[in-house]
Parts: sequence; structure tokens; C-alpha cells
Amino acid sequence: MTSAAHPVASDITATKTPRQRTGPSRAVPPKAGPREPARRARRIPGFVWALPPVAVLALVFLYPLALVVQQSVSPDEGGTSIAPYGDVFASESFRSALTTTVWLAVGSTAGCLVLGFVLAMIIAFVPFPGGRAVAKFIDVFLSFPSFLITLALLFIYGNVGMANGVWTDITGAADGPFDFLTTPWGVLLAEITYFTPFVMRPLLAAFSQLDSAQLEVASSLGAKPARIVRQVILPEALPALAAGGSLVLVMCLNEFGIVLFTGAKGVTTLPMLVYSKAILESDYPAACVVAVVNIAISVGLYSLYRMVSRRVGA
Amino acid sequence: MTGGERSVRSGIRFDQVSVVYGQNTVLDRLDLTVEPGEVMALLGPSGSGKTTALRAVAGFVQPASGRVHLGDRDVTGLPPHKRGIGMVVQQYALFPHMRVQDNVAFGLKARKVAKAEIPERVAEALEMVGMAAYAKRYPRELSGGQQQRVAIARALAIRPGVLLLDEPLSALDAQLRSGMLAELARLHRELPDVSILYVTHDQVEALTLADRIAVMDKARLQDCGTPQDLYRRPRTEFTASFVGNANLLPVTVTEGADSVDFAGRALDVPTGDVTRGATATLCVRPHLVGLGDGPNALSGTIAEVQWRGSTHRLYVDIDGHRVKADLKELRETPALGDRVTLHFAAEDAVLLPAGAAPGTGGGADD
Repeated sequence: MTSAAHPVASDITATKTPRQRTGPSRAVPPKAGPREPARRARRIPGFVWALPPVAVLALVFLYPLALVVQQSVSPDEGGTSIAPYGDVFASESFRSALTTTVWLAVGSTAGCLVLGFVLAMIIAFVPFPGGRAVAKFIDVFLSFPSFLITLALLFIYGNVGMANGVWTDITGAADGPFDFLTTPWGVLLAEITYFTPFVMRPLLAAFSQLDSAQLEVASSLGAKPARIVRQVILPEALPALAAGGSLVLVMCLNEFGIVLFTGAKGVTTLPMLVYSKAILESDYPAACVVAVVNIAISVGLYSLYRMVSRRVGA
Repeated sequence: MTGGERSVRSGIRFDQVSVVYGQNTVLDRLDLTVEPGEVMALLGPSGSGKTTALRAVAGFVQPASGRVHLGDRDVTGLPPHKRGIGMVVQQYALFPHMRVQDNVAFGLKARKVAKAEIPERVAEALEMVGMAAYAKRYPRELSGGQQQRVAIARALAIRPGVLLLDEPLSALDAQLRSGMLAELARLHRELPDVSILYVTHDQVEALTLADRIAVMDKARLQDCGTPQDLYRRPRTEFTASFVGNANLLPVTVTEGADSVDFAGRALDVPTGDVTRGATATLCVRPHLVGLGDGPNALSGTIAEVQWRGSTHRLYVDIDGHRVKADLKELRETPALGDRVTLHFAAEDAVLLPAGAAPGTGGGADD
């Protein structure tokens, strides 16, 4: 089972954890088969067991994915051509969506890394009552749906939210000053709020491995806290930052719920573009082209993430 | 120039230092002075407060009361990075992402030593511990003993007036440990001005290396003196049993001169200033007990025999009291249950007045 059909599949093959062993067999059996007829005969029991999940997976996941790819090369005029790609790539809406998506994702990731690093450091190294509870809550937070955060932000900073309410009550003005939620900054705030725990999780794990004697020795050698953070903690947190950061980057690129819920009109990201092309304009080839681009970016970044996290052993 | 840049003769003084965690007093009014250039071992079982005392010097715990002085500076309220102390811990705590030379240079950079001077100082410190050839290695490429040498070089590079060693040899295997012990003794001879506070639970390390030993138990200082003094003339039962694992026998001082009563037997020992008629504890080192008849003979039955290569350790029950005797390897080993007679010389015994020990017994039985 060594042939690599798919970047993700080959990536999973390399990590031999029992849970992931079904990965390669479900993704590549047709190719692996003819290459090793002798071995396949001996391995019949294993192969047979792999068939049902492969079939289900192919039916519910790979087939629709293939349909999307196929649709992206089937223009409305009929036939097969890559013309839809040319059209989409040339369009202003796609270019601006791509730019918006990338800068939002990069900006959110940078924000998450900074905020996550600071928060994780406080939780890990500054003893305060309830610190453990906060660390536990981070885990729970990871299970929240993303739109929940946006909804909560609407309650606080929305046009009729609490912050504006307090302002109008105090000043008697008709409108509050907080009107950023429907701008890209609102999306950025929501994404940073939601995704920061995804950076903190690996960081907290890394910090728990850090020998606190190192920090003590460093300070006895004359290092002030800032130097200890910069030269002792940060270098040892880099692998975790890389792993958490690339995960958040991928998730931000694909984020749909947050963008939709903020109701930011001018903020069109790639997933939003797919949505509007397919559902609002019924332009399926174009929607599928954008989707394929989105998938390609995600899978590419995911492979990068796996490579980074495997290299650093996180 | 920052403090500790030059080797100043500083010494350590604990002045009624108490450390409290919640309801728990982990260090109780410690009074102790480490002279400049002296090696003081803090010896005690785990939980005795010895590590807490060291951490109070380093500044990692804040005393609930009392003051800590380094030389003539009161450092009680100072953060660790302003104290100018070298510290070596059990698990080395080298910075894993830095090469050996950068580990050693860390303190010099933190203390803003002139850039041009740093390579020279690093080389000098590594030379001192015999690790100059490993300057470019990463800690993970070194053995435990080598890592501990680098940790010592890192602490010495800043030329501290005070060096704190927290169980520095506990993570090493026995053979490496005795080598490192000799190494530390040599380092101390080369750096006669550095005061060393050496925390250990191992009496051999303390006896070998220390100028004086402070024996700690139950958050308190039990005894303090030179190794010979503590070993030959322990002042408390705890010291007697923890340092050298002495035999402790309950006796009553009889009216006659220099004589005590042990379970109906009269023994000749110097009673010193212990009151006549009072109960006391007789302390005799196992290696000073002889087999066969002699002065102060005691007979009993063999309860256990251990062969230890060059010696035999006999456990003899005498009227319900177990006496340990370390004897040069015996040609004929007595069997369990045999009747034997032990004896000891009067001048090898120490009489401890009853109540001399706030914490009694509890020494590791080895």
C-alpha cells in the first residue's frame, strides 16, 4: 500500500497509528491491487474487511467530490473544458474573494498566535486560583460551533448590542460607536476569538512538558522575565505554535459560519463565493471551480501542517 | 557592574527564616550562617525543609518571616535575577534548544557582560569542568554526567559568590556520583571564595564534601557541626541515626561513676554531664561494635546476617532491642538464632540525654 494517489492519503499512510490504518486502504485500493497481485492473494481477509468502509466512503465522500471536480470542467454550453477556470480566475469577484480570504486567514492566524501564546503562558506559568478550570474550559471551548461566538459578539457589539446600549443610555445618542461587526474587522475579531483556543491547546501541552527548573535557573542566572520568555519559553513553544498556527490557518480559510453570521456584506471569502454562486446565482461550474481552488489550498496547507507537526513531533 | 560580576566573598545568613504554605510550616525559624568560602551541606530526609531553605536563598520562595542575607546584603525581598547566585539542580535543567556554549553564555548575556568577554568566560567555565571539547554539542547529545558538568559550568560562568546545589548528583548512577563528588571537591579548592550550599539526603555526599553539615528534620534545624563532630559526637538521636545510622539504646544513668544500666546490665560509658538517675540514649556506631567477649559485653541472638562484600552486617536481638554490628568479613558466618556476644569500647559510646531530640529516629536503615 505504498502508492500515493492523493496528497492527504499519502500523508496519512506515513503515520502508522492503528486508528488511521483504514485511511490508505479506503483511498487507494484500485491502484494498489494490480501492482501486487501475489501479495494481494495472501492478504485477502484484510482486504475484504476494508471493502465496506471503502465503498461507503467512496459513495458518500469521494463520489460527490469527483462530481464537484467534474462539474467544474463542464461549462453550461456543454462538453468538457477548462474554460470555467479561465472565466472565474479572470473575474474581479474571485480575485477579491481570494485576497479577502487569504488576508483574513493570515490576519486571524497571526492574532490567534499572539493572543494564544500570551494566554497560554499566563495559564501555564502564573499560578492563579481557577487556572486549572480555565485550562479545562479551553478544551470545552474547542467543541463549540463557530457561529455561537459570532452570535455572542452580536449581543455585545451588534448595532443593538450591550456595548452600544450602554453607550446610548449614558450619552443619549441615537447610535452607539461600535459598528465594526459587519466589516472585515468584525470577522477578524470573531475568528480570533473562536480560533485562539486551537492555538492554546498544543501550547499548553508544550508548556506542561517544559521543566520549570529551567525557568528558575534562568532567573537565578540573572535573566529578567522578558528574556526568559524570549530565549527559553518561546524557542520551546515554536513547534506547538507552528502546529497550532497552521491548523488555524486552514480552518480560517474554510470558515463559513462566522462570515455568514456577522452579516458583513462586503466580506466575501471563497466559501461565501461558492455559496453565492451555487445557491444565489445557480452558476454551478463557477461555484465548483471556486470550491476546487478552496480544496486545493486547504489540502496543500493541511499537508504542510502534517509535515510540520510530524517534523517537530507535536 | 552587576552584583556577583566579580567573585565577592559573600556567605549566606538565615535569620529566623520561616516558610509557610497554607497551614503547613515547611521551614521553621531557621538560623544558620554559611561562612564565605564554606561548603555547607543541608542534610535531611525528604520533607525536612532543606530544599525550601535553598529556594529561599535563591528567591523562589518568599519567607513568611525572617530575613535572608547574602554577605551584607539583605536579599529577602529581591527577585531571583537580582541575587547573583549560581544554581545547579538535580535534573540539570539545561536549555535544550541551545548548544552547550550558549547554555553557559546565557547568564553572561543576561547580566550584560561585555560581548567581547563572553567567549573567553565560556571557554574558561567549560575548561573548569572538563567540557571544553563539547562546546558545540546540544544537551541531548550528552550523557547525564556531562549534562551536569555543563550545568555546573553555566552556574560558575557568572562568577557567583554563592553556589546553590540542589541534589546535584541524585540523578547520576553510583559510579558517576563518586567521580562527580571528587570533581566538586576539586572545584571548591579552585574557587576558595565561593560559598556552597549543598542540599542532599545522602550522608556520604555530605560527609565527603562539606565543611559543616546542617542536619534538618521536620522543618527544623536539628544539629549543625563539622562532619567529624556530628559523626563522633552527635547531639541528637536524629543526627545519630540519620548520619551513620547509629545504634540507639535506652539506658538509665546509675549512681556510680560513668556507668549506665541497659536492661539490667551495667555498662561502662562516660556519662559526662548527664544527671545521675536520668534516662538517656546510648549511641554506638555499628562499625565500632565488636564480636566476642570484651568490655561492655552484650549477648543476644542473631536475627539477620547480611553479607556486604568487605563486611558482614549482623542484626542481634538483645532483650528486645536490635543492635547492628558491622564487622570485617567473617570467616565463619553465624547462623540465624545463634547466641553471640557483642562488645564496644567505652570511649566509642556517646550518651545523649533524654529529650535531646525534637525529632527522634527515622533514619534510613542501611
